[in-house]
Amino acid sequence: MKRTFIALFSLLILASLVLTACGPKTTPTPEPVATEAPSEEPVATEAPAEPAAVEKTVVVGFTASLTGKYEVSSTRQTNGLKLWMDQVNAAGGVKLADGTVITFESKFYDDESSTDRVQELYTKLATEDNADFLISPYSSGLTAAAAVIAEQYGKVMITTGAASDSVYKQGYTLVYQAYTPSSRYLTGAVDALANADPDAKKIAIVYENAKFSTGVVEAMKAYAESKGYEIVLFEGYDKDTTDFNPIINKVANAQPDAVMGGGHFQDGSAFAKQLYEKNIESIKFVALLVAPPEPTFAELGDAAVGVVGPSQWEPLAAYTPDFGPTSVEFEDAYKAAYGEEPSYHSAGGYVAGLILQKAIETAGSLDTDALIAALDAMDMTTFYGDIQFDTSEELHGLQIGHSMVYIQWQKDADGNLVKQVIWPLGGATAELIYPIR
Amino acid sequence: MKKWLNPGLWITLLITVAIGIWPIITQEAAKREVIFTVLMAIVFASSLNILLGYTGYVSFGHVVFFGLGGYVGMYLIKEYEASIWLAALAGGIAAGLLAFLLGKAILKLRGAYFALVTIGVNEAMRAFVNNFQPFGGPIGLELNFKVYKPYGGPADALWMVYYATFALAILVAVLSYAVKQSKFGLSLMAIREDEDAAEVMGVVPHNAKTWAFILSAILPGVVGVLFFFKNGNIEPAGAFRLHYSIENLVMVMLGGQGTVLGPVLGAFGYQRLRGFLVTNPIFKNIQLSIAGGLLLLIVLFIPAGAVGWLRNRFPRLRRVLS
Amino acid sequence: MGSSGLLTSLIDGILIGVVYGLAAMGLTLIWGVMNVINLSHGTIIAFGMFGVYLIFTTLGLNPYLTLVLVAILGLLLGVAIYFIAIQRVIDAPHLSTLLATFAVNMILLGVGTAVFTTNFRNVDYALGNIQMGQITVLGTRLVAALAAVFVAGALYFFLYKTRPGKYIRAVANNRAAAELMGIPSTQILALSFGIGTMLAAIAGGLIATLFPFTILSGGVYELKSFVIGVLGGLGNPIGSLAGGLILGLLESIIPIVMPNTWVPILEFVLFIIILLIRPTGIFGAKE
Repeated sequence: MKRTFIALFSLLILASLVLTACGPKTTPTPEPVATEAPSEEPVATEAPAEPAAVEKTVVVGFTASLTGKYEVSSTRQTNGLKLWMDQVNAAGGVKLADGTVITFESKFYDDESSTDRVQELYTKLATEDNADFLISPYSSGLTAAAAVIAEQYGKVMITTGAASDSVYKQGYTLVYQAYTPSSRYLTGAVDALANADPDAKKIAIVYENAKFSTGVVEAMKAYAESKGYEIVLFEGYDKDTTDFNPIINKVANAQPDAVMGGGHFQDGSAFAKQLYEKNIESIKFVALLVAPPEPTFAELGDAAVGVVGPSQWEPLAAYTPDFGPTSVEFEDAYKAAYGEEPSYHSAGGYVAGLILQKAIETAGSLDTDALIAALDAMDMTTFYGDIQFDTSEELHGLQIGHSMVYIQWQKDADGNLVKQVIWPLGGATAELIYPIR
Repeated sequence: MKKWLNPGLWITLLITVAIGIWPIITQEAAKREVIFTVLMAIVFASSLNILLGYTGYVSFGHVVFFGLGGYVGMYLIKEYEASIWLAALAGGIAAGLLAFLLGKAILKLRGAYFALVTIGVNEAMRAFVNNFQPFGGPIGLELNFKVYKPYGGPADALWMVYYATFALAILVAVLSYAVKQSKFGLSLMAIREDEDAAEVMGVVPHNAKTWAFILSAILPGVVGVLFFFKNGNIEPAGAFRLHYSIENLVMVMLGGQGTVLGPVLGAFGYQRLRGFLVTNPIFKNIQLSIAGGLLLLIVLFIPAGAVGWLRNRFPRLRRVLS
Repeated sequence: MGSSGLLTSLIDGILIGVVYGLAAMGLTLIWGVMNVINLSHGTIIAFGMFGVYLIFTTLGLNPYLTLVLVAILGLLLGVAIYFIAIQRVIDAPHLSTLLATFAVNMILLGVGTAVFTTNFRNVDYALGNIQMGQITVLGTRLVAALAAVFVAGALYFFLYKTRPGKYIRAVANNRAAAELMGIPSTQILALSFGIGTMLAAIAGGLIATLFPFTILSGGVYELKSFVIGVLGGLGNPIGSLAGGLILGLLESIIPIVMPNTWVPILEFVLFIIILLIRPTGIFGAKE
């Protein structure tokens, strides 16, 4: 028994060794996870007078986190982007100045939520797969690694799901950001607090000690101090923290009017839950990053009530778009396609596609310089909000048009938890519950 | 002199060169990136093998040298505009220095206690860098795009980093062979078999072990600088990823610990397998389980790894595989 | 910080500390009996969390009742892991057992990720608060701590007062001698591994009632378990309780005097120092 096992197994290993040894001669590169073929017959009805329009398929390349810690957000982002692609292809694609009709095709790989292979995969997309445009992975860390490759191979990259400002300070010329940068993530929460209660003066900041959240709270701290707030506590926590009581005890001791900060999904939810359980009386306002806008935040039950969170997009925020679908149209199409509510990550994926589409339409060609000119000059309103990029040399590509909306979890008449937009006041769907208890 | 003619060395070198030269011939950037990952693993795994395979000490947190080297190099490049070569050298020295200081203290621990303490060292270092402002704390360090200019632009810089890593991979193969054939190597293997008996036979275990530790730390430090320079940014969570050490242990085990060729084959096989599983639509969702299952089968049935198994099974091969 | 603030921190530290201790107990038991560091410990803790979550959300059972079911499943899983992955390499060098348990970890984590995704879960269950002046103690935390102490007591009773428990201690002490005395060492080793994973699963289940979690959450507790194991003495499961208490108190007291982000540095430096000075731990036996 044991012998046959060993013999069998050694055969297996030998075979695999032989296979791997011949590796480089075959294709040592991974196969694409999926290829979305464009709709077979692009309807070129728009220009019936012209003689047979030339068709061209443009490849949009990106990596998605199909496994690992970013799986959930990244999948929504990918879904949003695919929805855009399906819609634009179904509508016949984009027509260029010279009559060429452009349809889109996507090519993506799994980055496993880790920076290890991001550059390997983006290089493959830019060279072997001949991607014409790149979309960023989810998260600032992965995007920073991918942006280098985009620049190196001269490909335009629209970043989404990546808010850190620092990527745009590295002298890049081809990288454009769809998200509101992290420096403006929580400043609106300070404004909302000031509007609700001019007497509140003390803010405690508790944040995940990581790239994105540290960037957010440092900018927010400076802003709050400039508005005359006193930062009574500025405390980071390790990314793996689950027990927040030691920090919450410090919060209790500082007696703040408001608590702001957070980090990613899990830590933000755990913090919100434990902060609620500790029942600190002085706290009238809680604003946390990332976690609150997610629909699953409602699983926290009563602990979710009153928590404010910044969101890149909310279905309720009604912008009047001058390009692309309305919020309602997007939401319905997304629900029909994926059977779930879109989150702001989904909207981010979709809008990255819209930006690309608008740039190609404006430029009227696929020439990189013309596209850069079109992107630099872009100033549009979509269902997701305004889009405009910084064109200075130091901060090229930084998003300056779009701004955050702020939601608060509230109980409706039936006692169900619902998200309401409470800031900016122009788009508010409900009044801020203040103080929260 | 005879030992330099040994086929054991030349086969290893031949395989390493065969792996590394392919992208250079075809000049394809995508292949270059794939093979870069493999070459980096060869450098890391072969270095680790000096400690793990020859000396019998399981360093779980070996990635601490990779991360520290990377940070020191990136800091010099960013703050002092040092050239990549100087930075890589500094990264290697920093890693070696850390190994020297640590080695004095922790190498007296044996077996699993040593493995545990290296985990502790890596986690302590990660937590420390997370709080260390000169290294950017949690935000880390990011390089401005213009750093690639002196090297002929980003595209050339990437090729340059590739050549450097290729050279390191060849160097590490020669180094592990030289160590294995030397008297120093013999004393390491004596320690592996029975540390107390080795001492009786006149080996000074502590010195030998410390040198093995330092040797195994330097090249991961150098390759860390190259990797993060290419990457353009470094963060604590990415630099001190415990999982990467463990993956490299697996590579050494797969190829055959204590052999010169083993880590090279192990690194290549593991990276290829992983690349295949991750992107294959059938295995994608369960790839971790399949990789784990394979590892388990190898640990249980072929603990000597591919090269070790071949050597045991076909004694004649011992003359050509080392 | 006032005296009530300090007292709150102390109580919080003690309550969470014993739960940490329970989380580490399985790891140290397995280490003590068979010199194996179980690298699948963290994922088994996460499986315990999901066990309670699933039974609680689908059957609506009281989470503490579900622990019994989770414990039995944990025991069976552990025995299975022992026979599949450990038995063959139990006498091999440390690297083999480390990698064997690491491989088990990969398998379990792969299955867990495929089934549960990395979405976060929360067991929405509360027992209210106990208010004593300025100090608030959360019901679920108090119960979790009491349960942890109870399990530790039961383990002590089992190891010292029952025959299989005495066998386990005998095997831990000297396997060869125990075999000579007619103790079936294979079954005893399998039982020990089963009890080790059972303890991890129970700890995970208790933690699930306190914090939201994902399938990847176990890793944190595995690292903590290493630290606790060394504090309390590797191989001394009851010492884990003391080690957990120390860790819990450190985590709640240190942030009072310095930034919270320094806690992990101090923890791991302490871990290294203890390993260097007394590898068997503060409460461990002398070598």
